[in-house]
Amino acid sequence: MTEPNSARNATAPMIEMRHVEKFYGPFHALKDVNLTVAKGEKIVLCGPSGSGKSTLIRCINHLESIKSGEITVAGHRLSDSQKAVDAVRREVGMVFQQFNLFPHKTVLENCILAPMRVRGLSRAEAEATGRKYLERVRIGDQAAKYPAQLSGGQQQRVAIARALCMEPMAMLFDEPTSALDPEMVKEVLDTMVLLARDGMTMICVTHEMGFARQVADRVIFMADGAIVEENDPESFFRAPAHARTRAFLGEILHH
Amino acid sequence: MGILELTYLLQGLLWTLLLAAIGFAGGIVFGVIVALMRVSASPWLRIPAIGWIGLFQGTPLLMQLFVAYFGLPLLGFDVPAWAAVSVALTAHASAFLGEIWRGAIQAVPRGQSEAADALGLPARSRMVDVIMPQAFKLSLPATVGFLVQLLKGTSLAAIVGFIELTRAGTIVSNQIYRPLLVFGVVGAMYFALCWPLSLWGRKLEQKMAAATAK
Amino acid sequence: MTLDFSVVTGAWQSLLLGTVGTLFLAFSGMALAMIIGVLGVVILRMQLRLPSLLVNAFIEIVRNTPFLVQIFFLFFALPLAGIRLNPTLTAILALGVNGGAYAIEIIRGGVESVPKGQTEAGLALGLHKHEVFRLIVLKPALRAIYPSLSSQFILLTLTTAICTSISAYELTSVGQRIEAETFRSFEVYFTLTGIYLVISLVTMWLLAAIGRRAFSYPQR
Repeated sequence: MTEPNSARNATAPMIEMRHVEKFYGPFHALKDVNLTVAKGEKIVLCGPSGSGKSTLIRCINHLESIKSGEITVAGHRLSDSQKAVDAVRREVGMVFQQFNLFPHKTVLENCILAPMRVRGLSRAEAEATGRKYLERVRIGDQAAKYPAQLSGGQQQRVAIARALCMEPMAMLFDEPTSALDPEMVKEVLDTMVLLARDGMTMICVTHEMGFARQVADRVIFMADGAIVEENDPESFFRAPAHARTRAFLGEILHH
Repeated sequence: MGILELTYLLQGLLWTLLLAAIGFAGGIVFGVIVALMRVSASPWLRIPAIGWIGLFQGTPLLMQLFVAYFGLPLLGFDVPAWAAVSVALTAHASAFLGEIWRGAIQAVPRGQSEAADALGLPARSRMVDVIMPQAFKLSLPATVGFLVQLLKGTSLAAIVGFIELTRAGTIVSNQIYRPLLVFGVVGAMYFALCWPLSLWGRKLEQKMAAATAK
Repeated sequence: MTLDFSVVTGAWQSLLLGTVGTLFLAFSGMALAMIIGVLGVVILRMQLRLPSLLVNAFIEIVRNTPFLVQIFFLFFALPLAGIRLNPTLTAILALGVNGGAYAIEIIRGGVESVPKGQTEAGLALGLHKHEVFRLIVLKPALRAIYPSLSSQFILLTLTTAICTSISAYELTSVGQRIEAETFRSFEVYFTLTGIYLVISLVTMWLLAAIGRRAFSYPQR
């Protein structure tokens, strides 16, 4: 019996990780990680440093390769083959802690590079898309500047726009506000909230618990490479089940 | 190559070491002066230092040796070849070391001289007690690197006709007709002098990089 | 003491040709050095034990022995290996080998100076490895190494003077010929020094101007 394609896609998860194991040499970085993210779902991933949360999302777009288990993104089963990796990266955008804008390219050039090279858009199409998303992150007037001429918060918003220009089906955020001065955190979080309201599927590694409360469908707590606890934000913050979660929340909420 | 030839090469090696030692020692003394002039606020001191550094960094060491070798007698200094070569190497080293130390002095954070000023230290003490010790440490890898460069540079005295290691090699090679063996041995001798210094310089550099990364 | 520069000024055509010879040696030597430099870095980045060891040994040997010994060695070794080159080509080879060892270190440093996050961002956007290198890593890496490469080029230009020791055609050997004919040693070398100074200053200025044009994006 075959299901119609559309029906399967409607119910198939956007991102699925099953029994994922990851090692750095002898170090066991991810231990039997299972995670299913539905289309439009927003996940906040937290945990102490070294807990594997960054590693987890970097496996999703194959910046890190896994030892065993399987990862499926937007219907594409990830493997070490370049084809599978290409297919996944085309659909998943990523925002980094250090922005990683390309310093030798203007803001707009940063945004059009991948759409032209990967999606095969013409320059005009790519620029139109670029301007649209730069507008969306409220930075359209800076298109001709170089990254070094922008503040950290502006740079990170450009990085978000750059990822959006690929019109991805899901976005990964790797501590997007950790490298920012405090007064710039809000402008980046606001942009992320906006994106969440538009229905983007998001996995965010962040310690911004206010953001988690506001937009997350689920909060996941990791420690020592394993998922320890996951729950809706309300229950997660009100009644954390594990001692480690409580200890962690005690740490960060005091700051 | 017999014991006789080897002894001859070792004599040359001794001269190489001596030339490098004289050049380096002289370079340290005059290099400090060049560096201090170079960072001076007065253009009367700064501009000559810039010219001096540019002159020696912008011309081949070989020309510097030739000019000293033929020029000193014209000026009335009837000096032996080794002395003429030493003068050239000293001047050469003073320019290069001066520039290295200029960089190091300016690399000491501004806050240090501000702190010295705030403590009311006189300018001299600010330089000698606060800036220079820190600059010395910063400049050590590059200074060691220059010592290697100077050791290799002494080989050019051979072209002027002075019998140091390379010239000794040429002479031995002409006698026994085994150029590859002779220059292989000569090269190995230079390597034995320079490589440990290079390794030391790199270690200093890594240590410093690790310290600043913290 | 009387100085007589007329013998030098009278030979200005020879000196001009010698200058051209020097520039030719410097450019050819630098080109070869860059080829060796890129090859060396490619080999090192393959991270294979023996090839890396050989490249590193090459770097250490070249950097810790005088150029004069290297050029003598090549001058005598090449014919024994059945390779017959004229002195000028031998000199270019020696300059290229010498400069190559330094170029490997410079280029390696440049590639390593581009943060890993740049590569990751490119990959995450779906670009392929070679595109990431060409479009994202290359320009910042070149910009990072441009000053070192410029000084290396000046250094190599000044090193060409040593090629007179095997009678390659360049400024110093031209000068030595004039000296042999006129016995005006000081005047000859004084003039040569001046010519070399002009060559380095002009080269420095040109390279800086090119650098400003080629890498005009603002620094982080």
